Parts: sequence; structure tokens; C-alpha cells
Amino acid sequence: MQKIDLATQTLREMNATLQAQKDQTNATQWDIENPRGAHAIAVGLDAPIEVTVRGSTGYYCAGMNKQATVHVTGSAGPGVAENMMSGTVIIDGDASQYAGATGRGGLLVIKGNAASRCGISMKGIDIVVQGNIGHMSAFMGQAGNLVVCGDAGDALGDSLYEARLFVRGSVKSLGADCVEKEVRPEHLEILRDLLERAGIDAKPEEFRRYGSARKLYNFDVDNAAAY
Amino acid sequence: MNEHDKRIPQTVPIQSATFSNPINAEIRRAAATGIYDIRGGGAKRKVPHFDDLLFLGASISRYPLEGYREKCDTSVTLGTRFAKNPIKLDIPITIAGMSFGALSAQAKEALGRGASAAGTSTTTGDGGMTEEERGHSKTLVYQYLPSRYGMNPDDLRRADAIEIVVGQGAKPGGGGMLLGQKISDRVAEMRTLPKGIDQRSACRHPDWTGPDDLEIKILELREITGWRVPIYVKVGGTRPYYDTALAVKAGADVVVLDGMQGGTAATQDVFIENVGLPTLACIRPAVRALQDLGMHREVQLIVSGGIRTGADVAKAMALGADAVAIGTAALIALGDNDPKWEAEYQKLGTTTGAYDDWHEGRDPAGITTQDPELAARLDPVEAGRRLRNYLKVMTLEAQTIARACGHNHLHNLEPEDLCALTMEAAAMAQIPLAGTDWYPGKPGTGY
Repeated sequence: MQKIDLATQTLREMNATLQAQKDQTNATQWDIENPRGAHAIAVGLDAPIEVTVRGSTGYYCAGMNKQATVHVTGSAGPGVAENMMSGTVIIDGDASQYAGATGRGGLLVIKGNAASRCGISMKGIDIVVQGNIGHMSAFMGQAGNLVVCGDAGDALGDSLYEARLFVRGSVKSLGADCVEKEVRPEHLEILRDLLERAGIDAKPEEFRRYGSARKLYNFDVDNAAAY
Repeated sequence: MNEHDKRIPQTVPIQSATFSNPINAEIRRAAATGIYDIRGGGAKRKVPHFDDLLFLGASISRYPLEGYREKCDTSVTLGTRFAKNPIKLDIPITIAGMSFGALSAQAKEALGRGASAAGTSTTTGDGGMTEEERGHSKTLVYQYLPSRYGMNPDDLRRADAIEIVVGQGAKPGGGGMLLGQKISDRVAEMRTLPKGIDQRSACRHPDWTGPDDLEIKILELREITGWRVPIYVKVGGTRPYYDTALAVKAGADVVVLDGMQGGTAATQDVFIENVGLPTLACIRPAVRALQDLGMHREVQLIVSGGIRTGADVAKAMALGADAVAIGTAALIALGDNDPKWEAEYQKLGTTTGAYDDWHEGRDPAGITTQDPELAARLDPVEAGRRLRNYLKVMTLEAQTIARACGHNHLHNLEPEDLCALTMEAAAMAQIPLAGTDWYPGKPGTGY
């Protein structure tokens, strides 16, 4: 286990050290101590290492992550795992707004709640939230899966493209062009896999699926009220 | 008509200045289609511009430099504030961001070839970085846009600079739209969206709002790229003093300021023509912000929007810019709106010089299209050569003027080298009206 203490080392030193790890590194376990809400912790990683952040983080923790597993034992500030490419990011606490924004791959697990715009403009990332999510989540979501074990706030999936949304609890309202859709066997399989990988005990059959009505894909003056 | 009526003078038909033929045509078009007009390019309306300024040249108080003999440096370094590897360019004329998707792969390659041959940089656009432009661009600026189409850390690290796009002059406050007819398989794959659908680019970034967030976003990008490359912040010309000051506060190495004549691939005509400031009105407030913060020349200012000639370059720099960027002019140099395609422009209902339906993907010149047959019309080697020639000519023109004003570097041009031809230009550029020492709003004059 390698340790980096942000009480004594700089953010630059920490990120440079983690970014220097290569595919074949033997230093696969890293502990980040005293994060104290610092921004941009463990960003731009690109190696199959496991990083545990002992505490809470500020903005953009694990931004643009590739391959690495980043585990935050506290809560995460805005934009956690933004534009993630691959790997896994786990937040034990809550996540602030824009969690997983524009993510292209990998798995983001939020054990608590996620604030507004969770999964905004998601492009392939899988996000599993054990609690609730805030308004405008998955806005303009292009691809990937957003699984919410609790409730969803207003305007879920507004202007959605091809991202799939699964909610177990209530949905306060759906955004423009987002509709409820049939849960087919392949969707239950997706849910089963994601819940298992997230370590969350929930039955896939309890979720409802939401997706794009695809009515706003090409501009039509008859839909002008929706724009 | 009887003899009496024939003797009465007839009134001449008078066209309304308010309801002009172009306005009436647009009313009829809107009534027929139910959709606003979308087009490419920048503002076409006449606004005060660099044409409304003149250089004074040398006199008894200033002696000129000998043309062709005495050196007039044109180099510029961008990103000296924080970046480990600032960009060093031979000329202060850069190529503005234009996307693959809006432009063909051949056009992007040609831009890279031309810019590299002239010793300057080119810039990606919405849609990500293509191998064609990375491979042919010695210095490539990677745009970080609200849509984040194609964004990934590998390309971020392959870039020579990063440009965070907050806005652009053609549509400050607006997002983008790439219509379905230009969404080829390759464009769709790069943007992670289905083929053939209209692709919207958001008007603001998905994971930050405001200058305090921007500062943290810049920190993240610097951490991901090891603080190696300069980070630009691009804004549309709206509130140039405050936007420049806030960009500096947020940690930008370079501020890119784009006036309303700056082009776009596709935006509503009403937006292009009615939102934003003319480029001429943007420069002095931005420079004043840098000066007030003690950052003029330390944070570099790139000005764009209607730059066409070496005279425009020299005027922008005399007003305080460190460099300029060109977009529309570069496309024209490649072959856009060339008279040789007039017959085809006529078939599209337009004419040479007026073709602006870049969003439809039917560009006869093969530049603003994804149609393979049309795109193949553009030879990237030859088009790149034309762009290089044009950039060289602009540079020579700017040097000619600078020498005439007695300067051995384009950066030594200054406002005192200029006069204004109109009251409007004098007020916007804060340059004395020709033959006077006064401009509207000059401190201490009471006007």
C-alpha cells in the first residue's frame, strides 16, 4: 500500500505520482489521506490501480479516469468522474451536482444521493445511485445507463438521446422527449449486472425504464413548444 | 387613360427602407416554412470595422524602417503565464476553431497544412480531434466545448494548447446545431450519437457555471495535462472588459475574444445579426482589463471576427491584441465561395460570395460538407498551399504597415499609430477622429 498525505504533499505531486503509474506497475494500491475537500484529486489516471481517498473531495475527483478504481470514503463535490473513460469510481457518501457528466465509459457508484444534473450529457458511462437524484438528471444523455434505486427529481432525462434510465422509486417529472418505456428481458439483464457490480441489493424487476421518445431528433416546427 | 391623365406626373414606386425586399422575402420564407433561417458565417450587416481606421505612418516625429531591409519581427509567444510549454508562432495570425463535421476531413487537413507551413497554429472544433488535423498541424489547439463531443484525455494530452470555449462572436450565449444531413457515420461515431439526427451543442458547459467554477475547471485540465500546455479561454464579444478580467482571474493563459463578424457553421440568422458586439468595439475594453490587472502581454489576447487583411491584423495589434485568429477568411483561401463554382451556387439558389448554407452539407467547394464526392473536390495539399500563401501575404502586409510606422515588431504597433474615419469607430476604438485629438467619450473632454 502506497500512501500520499495531502497534508504534506501537494495536489500536483499526488496527481503526477498517480499519473506516472503504467499498466504493469506493481504499486497497485494507493491511499490518499487528508483530502479535505481538495479539487481535482486523482484526475487523468490511466493505469489499473486502486486509489482510496480517505475523506471527502471537492470538484472533479477522478475526472477523465481510465482504468483505475477510485474509492472515496466520504462525499464528492461537483463533477465527480466527469468524462470518465473506463474504470470504476465509488463514492461512499453523497455526490454533488454533475456527477458523471459527459462520461464515456466505466462505472460510477454513488452509495448516497446525487444532486442535480447527475449524468448530464452522459456518453456511455454507467451510473448507479443507491439513493435519490436531483433535477435535470441525464439531461441530453447520449449513451450509457443511469440506475437510481431511490427517487428522481424534476425533468428527468430532458432532451434525452439514447441513454437508458432506470428508476426504482418515484419520478417527480419527466423532461422534454423523455417517456416511460417497457422493461424487456435485456433490460433486466443490464440492471442485474450493474446492481451486482455496484454491490447493491435490489431486484431488477422493481425498476421502471425511461428513454427518449425520439420526437425531437430532427427539428420539426410542430414540436416548437418543446424547444 | 385619357389625355388629361397622361399629363399628370406619376409617383415613382418607392421601396420601403423598413420593409425592404430582403426583409419581405424572409417574411414570406418564414410564413412558408415555419422555421427560422439557419446559416453559416458571421454578421453580414455593416458595422464599424477596421476599415474605419487608418494608420498615420511616419513623420518628422517618427522615422520609418526600410521596407525589405530592416527587420520587422512577427513572432508571438502564447501561454507564458503558467504553461511549462508556451506556444511559439512565427506569425501572429492563427486559425480559429472549426469542427470536423462542419468541415470535411480534407478541409481540416488543408487548414493544418497551411497553418503549419506558415508557422502558425490551427484549432479543433466541436466534434473532437481528427488524425488528419493532428497529423498535419505542427501546433494544434484543442477546443474544450460544452458538448464535449469527442473529448478524451489522450487527445487532451496530444494537444499543444487547450481552448475552453465559453462563447463565440457569432452567437454569444447560444449553442450549436449540426443538422442531420451532415452526420455521416464517422461524425456520428465521434460524437456518440445516431447517424442522421440533428446534433445540438449545449450553450453552456455541463459541469461548471461562473468564473469561480471555471478556475477549478482550469485547475483540473492543468492537472490532467501536467501544467504543460497553455490554456486559452474563448469568449464571444459581449462584455469584453468583465469577461477578460474574469478569465484572467480564473487562471487563463490566453484570452480569445471573438466579435460578431466571427463565423459559425450553423446558427439562426436572427442570432448572428442581432447579438454581440462588433469586433472593433471589443478590443480596447479587453486590453484595458488586462492593463488594469497588470496582465497586458503576460496574458495574451487573441482577437477574431472579420480579420481579412494584413491591415486588419496590424490594426487589431495596434489596439493591443497579441495575435489574431481567422476562420471565414481561411475558408475563402481554401476555396470557399470561389467563382469557379458559380453555376452550382446558382443551382442552390445563391451566388458566389453569398453562399452561406454551410449547414446543408452541399458545398460545391467541398469544404463545409461531409458528402464524399463533394469533399473529394478539395485537394488538401493545394488548398493548404493557398492558405499558406494567404497567411504569408497578410503577414507581409502587416509588416509593411508596421515598418511605415517605424516599428521593428508588430507588437510595437500602438493606438497612437491610428486615426478614425468615423465618429462611431472613434468611439468604439477610442481612437481620435482623423485630423483631431478627440474621440467621443475621451476622458476630460466632457463628451
